[in-house]
Amino acid sequence: MTTTALDDRELPPEAAREHTEPVDDPFDRDVLPAPKDASRRLLGSLIRPYRARMAVAAVVLLAQQAAVQAGPLLVAYAIDSAVPALREDDNGPLIAVAVAYFLCAVGGGGFQALFIRLTARLNQGILLELRGRIYRHAQALSLDFHDRYTSGRLISRATSDVQSLRELLNEGLQQLLMIMVSIVYIGGLLFYLDVGLGVAAVVSFVPLWFLVRSYRRRSAERFSRRSTAIAAVIVKFTETVGGIRPVQAFRRERANDEAFERLNRTHERVNGDTILEMGRFIVLSRCVAAITVAAIVLWGAQRVASGELALGALAAGALYIRRLYDPLDQFAMVLNNYQSAVASLDKISGLLAQRPDVPEPERPVRLPERAAGTPGREVVFDDVRFAYRTGGEVLPAFRMTLAAGETTALVGATGAGKSTLVKLLARFYDPSEGRVLLDGTDLRDLTTAELRRGVVMVTQEAFLFSGTVAENIAIGKPDATRAEIEEAARAIGAHDFIAALPDGYDTDVRKRGGRISAGQRQLVAFARVLLADPAVVILDEATSSLDIPGEKAVQEAMETVLRGRTAVLIAHRLSTVEIADRVLVMEAGRVVEDGHPADLVAGTGRFSDLHRAWRESLV
Amino acid sequence: MQVRTLDLMCASAEPSVPPARKRSVVRALLRLWPYVRPVRARVFGAAGVAVVAASLGLAMPLILKWIVDGPVSEGDTGGIWLGGIVLLCVGVAEALLFGLRRFLVARPLTRVEADMRSALYRHIQRLPVTFHDRWATGQLLSRATGDLQLLRMFLAFGLTFLIVNTATILVGVVILLAQDWTLGLVLIGPVVPLIVLCALFEQRFSVVARRAQDQMGDLTTVVEESILGIRIIKGFGRHRSQAEAFRALSGQLRETEMHKAKLLAGIWFVIQAIPEIFVGLALVLGVIQVSDGNLTAGTLVAFMSTAMALRWPVESMGFLLALCNEAATGADRFFDVMDTPLPGEYDGAPSVTGAADGMRFENVVFRFADAPPDSTPALDGIDLHIRPGETMALVGGTGSGKTTLVGLVPRLHEVTSGRVTLDGVDIATLTRDEVRRQVAVAFEEPTLFSASVHENVAMGTEDARPDDLDRALRVAQADGFVHALPHGAATEVGEQGLSLSGGQRQRLALARAVVGNPRFLVLDDPLSALDVHTEARVEAALREVLATTTALVVAHRPSTVQLADRVALLSGGRITAVGTHADLLRDSAEYRHLMTGEPVPHEERPEVSVR
Repeated sequence: MTTTALDDRELPPEAAREHTEPVDDPFDRDVLPAPKDASRRLLGSLIRPYRARMAVAAVVLLAQQAAVQAGPLLVAYAIDSAVPALREDDNGPLIAVAVAYFLCAVGGGGFQALFIRLTARLNQGILLELRGRIYRHAQALSLDFHDRYTSGRLISRATSDVQSLRELLNEGLQQLLMIMVSIVYIGGLLFYLDVGLGVAAVVSFVPLWFLVRSYRRRSAERFSRRSTAIAAVIVKFTETVGGIRPVQAFRRERANDEAFERLNRTHERVNGDTILEMGRFIVLSRCVAAITVAAIVLWGAQRVASGELALGALAAGALYIRRLYDPLDQFAMVLNNYQSAVASLDKISGLLAQRPDVPEPERPVRLPERAAGTPGREVVFDDVRFAYRTGGEVLPAFRMTLAAGETTALVGATGAGKSTLVKLLARFYDPSEGRVLLDGTDLRDLTTAELRRGVVMVTQEAFLFSGTVAENIAIGKPDATRAEIEEAARAIGAHDFIAALPDGYDTDVRKRGGRISAGQRQLVAFARVLLADPAVVILDEATSSLDIPGEKAVQEAMETVLRGRTAVLIAHRLSTVEIADRVLVMEAGRVVEDGHPADLVAGTGRFSDLHRAWRESLV
Repeated sequence: MQVRTLDLMCASAEPSVPPARKRSVVRALLRLWPYVRPVRARVFGAAGVAVVAASLGLAMPLILKWIVDGPVSEGDTGGIWLGGIVLLCVGVAEALLFGLRRFLVARPLTRVEADMRSALYRHIQRLPVTFHDRWATGQLLSRATGDLQLLRMFLAFGLTFLIVNTATILVGVVILLAQDWTLGLVLIGPVVPLIVLCALFEQRFSVVARRAQDQMGDLTTVVEESILGIRIIKGFGRHRSQAEAFRALSGQLRETEMHKAKLLAGIWFVIQAIPEIFVGLALVLGVIQVSDGNLTAGTLVAFMSTAMALRWPVESMGFLLALCNEAATGADRFFDVMDTPLPGEYDGAPSVTGAADGMRFENVVFRFADAPPDSTPALDGIDLHIRPGETMALVGGTGSGKTTLVGLVPRLHEVTSGRVTLDGVDIATLTRDEVRRQVAVAFEEPTLFSASVHENVAMGTEDARPDDLDRALRVAQADGFVHALPHGAATEVGEQGLSLSGGQRQRLALARAVVGNPRFLVLDDPLSALDVHTEARVEAALREVLATTTALVVAHRPSTVQLADRVALLSGGRITAVGTHADLLRDSAEYRHLMTGEPVPHEERPEVSVR
């Protein structure tokens, strides 16, 4: 019997204690620290390349507004000039009005259409760039980061947070431009009519500015409460749907109804609060507008009486000044969009502020050619020391040579430093001091592509990407031919089950019928390695148990993969340790025993004790 | 014309709904009535307030005109003050009425939204597991959030202004016709072609919008996978096809969005330009009539101002109708789920409660609801008797139907034919609640909820005393690590709390199953994630519990099989052998293969069943 797990998967007591101290870990919160103003700068950097196009869009919008606003003027001209001219049998002015009106109609629509297309191109460009940045950045960040940030958060950065910027761009930007254009137009007209009227209009924006500021502050608070409330609703909902089997099996429905009801009603309340908050802003701003209009009319009337202002100017000005405040409601909406977009951009810029740990080399070096038939490459840990940036030294000065073609098993409790060691070898991290050498070349001097020709790491989880089985194997060698893929699968012992799938190698792993068991996934992962054909392979053995036939198949496949390579195994099973040429027993970052498995078993060290305990547990 | 947001992010596989009969926007929206009914007074009151507020808005220019033409021209100081006060009052009244409209509907409509969400949640919780297997979580979530928010917006805003603007347009048209019916007819002229063009647009736009949604879903999938599979991508240094798929899909999405914008630009051109051209035409005709003396200049001015005042209501109809359309889609999506019938409960008299008889499967056939009716059933004629107090291990290869079979006992799945009895009572004649009170389950994939360890374990029973809890934790060998947690059994775990290892979660799930001393226990490979030492200790403790419990245990390893008195071998949806571990090892080649890895002689190899 060989299904023995070597280490206890529980948290070591230290790790459990860690949680008792309320350490302020930024990863506990959703927003990673970013330099102040980072989100505004991010937005700026996204928009900057489009400054010219944005200016063009604004000009188009100005033209569109000009065409739209010309209507009343043309009517006035038609009645004042075209009618008398027509009576004189001069149809010139009428034809002019007709042509002008037609042009304005077509121009208004045409410029509007042009504006939509211009802003769409602009918005899509910005979104494309942002999505790309998040995607590339997420790919570049270290595994340590991925472990702590959780995939769910990362996915929502790339989806819902981008979405809220999209809303701001699609609706907010356009409205903001419209509002600005309309204010500039009307303000300009007022100044043209009378400088006093213009100044009065500008002054009336002072209380409005205070109002907007207070609304911004208050609504920001309401919004954050609302988003917390809806998040709680979403979590409860997802948790219930995701765990529907235990929910039903343990009759949780009624208790859940109550719990959900509480969260749902909290959201109802704060949602109502945000809506009423906006209502309050609209009422107050409209009141300010009403007071201003009344005051200006009264003041204007006095000036007309004293002869300072022409009657017509007051009549026109009074009509226009009201329209000055019409876009206030829209402005509140833009503000809301902007606020939710800023919240999202804060999160995104926190993510983008994280620096990748392993930079590409400035002057890349190529690995020396392998002589034909030599198995693997030599690995040297040259006085390597490693500490995570969050503190705590993990590997104190470490010196070790792994001979080419040798299979080394790493044994030790969780936290002993096994995974840190292999992550340094795979260059998921760089050592704090010292070097890791592959056939004498520092890993830091290799490009990613060159490094992965040398070192490949296979982790426990055998994740399958959507696509066919063949595509999943070909990840090891993207330009592999079908024959090579099948050969690799055959060598691993995966060909039979793949051929039995509905479409064989072309079966989509996400479709019905494409279900692949845990053991089979492991085989696919091994076939990938065989196809990649690296000189050094690192295997982190899966701990979850398979059924016995699956276990055997995986064991055989593993031996195929190790043949002719330098291999490092994080072993969880006795049977795996036994196929190794060398065992390193690790404890607190140090190698405490080192030797051939048989020698260690025969000795009196820790490995020998461990080995005895396993043997006994098998009885 | 905004696009619904949430389901863009979760546009993963939506179960294909059969092409519905011609969908009617009105019919879909009318179905919301039961939810709106309790607040109907507020909703229509708000619409009424909005009409008044809109009228006040229209009155403002008239008042201004009156002040300028009257008191100001005449230098009547008292009149000016009066006018100013009237202006102020009307302005403030308009502002307050707009506020009142919001105030009237804000709370009631958030309540409607919350009511609908609660109703959806209740319904979803009670839908059978087969429904959940077909529907992605994202699809359900987008209905509970995005669609319901959209419906609230429609009720709060869309519906009101649809009423207000329709009224304004109708009144406006009547006024236009009354002022001069020929000119009025000219203005009404483009209505029919506009409607036709809008309908054409709607058709083409919905196709492209749907395509954009799908592409967004695909893009999201690529992003998700590159994050979930990051270890593989990093391990191999590249996954060219992922990066290429991302680039290609982003590009495609951008093209589709541009196509959308092109269509949108087209329809805006039509909506803006065509009515304006006809207004221009009316102006020209009007000028000719005025010059001929058939019309007064004043009437023409009034006519033109009315026509221009209608400009905004007409243009807004475009997006209001689009909002209607989206709301109707949202309502359809909501009712897609709500219309899925809940499984009925048996309402006849329960069959006679027999004496202790254990658990029986009698000629049980099970076929997945979405499987073709002529396909081989997943379970085909299962006959199995687990005697009272007996523990039966269920062994079978990958895809043999083990999990499906154990799911029948707590009625997570319903038998297609045949019956399952507990102590002689057909479980189909008991309420699901009753069945589940008698049967406790531990699943292979242990789910912990966001709650304390204590609550997670105690949900196995109604009245867990502290002793029961301690005993259950001891049986699952979970007492040790639970005490080491920061707050012991009060520590929050699950999504929102401390994350535990697979083995720890599995042990808590086991504790949950045994805490209530259930009469029947169903365990689906409950020890798969435990290391050998812990497994041995759990097995020793579990043995005591199993001694007095009727249990069905799915097993992968000989050590788990050792817990059982007898073993049933499930192969290709049938029970092919029942006996002790030793019997089966001796007699069944397939069992030997599963337990020892010894190859099966070729002619005996079971059919590979791939689901």
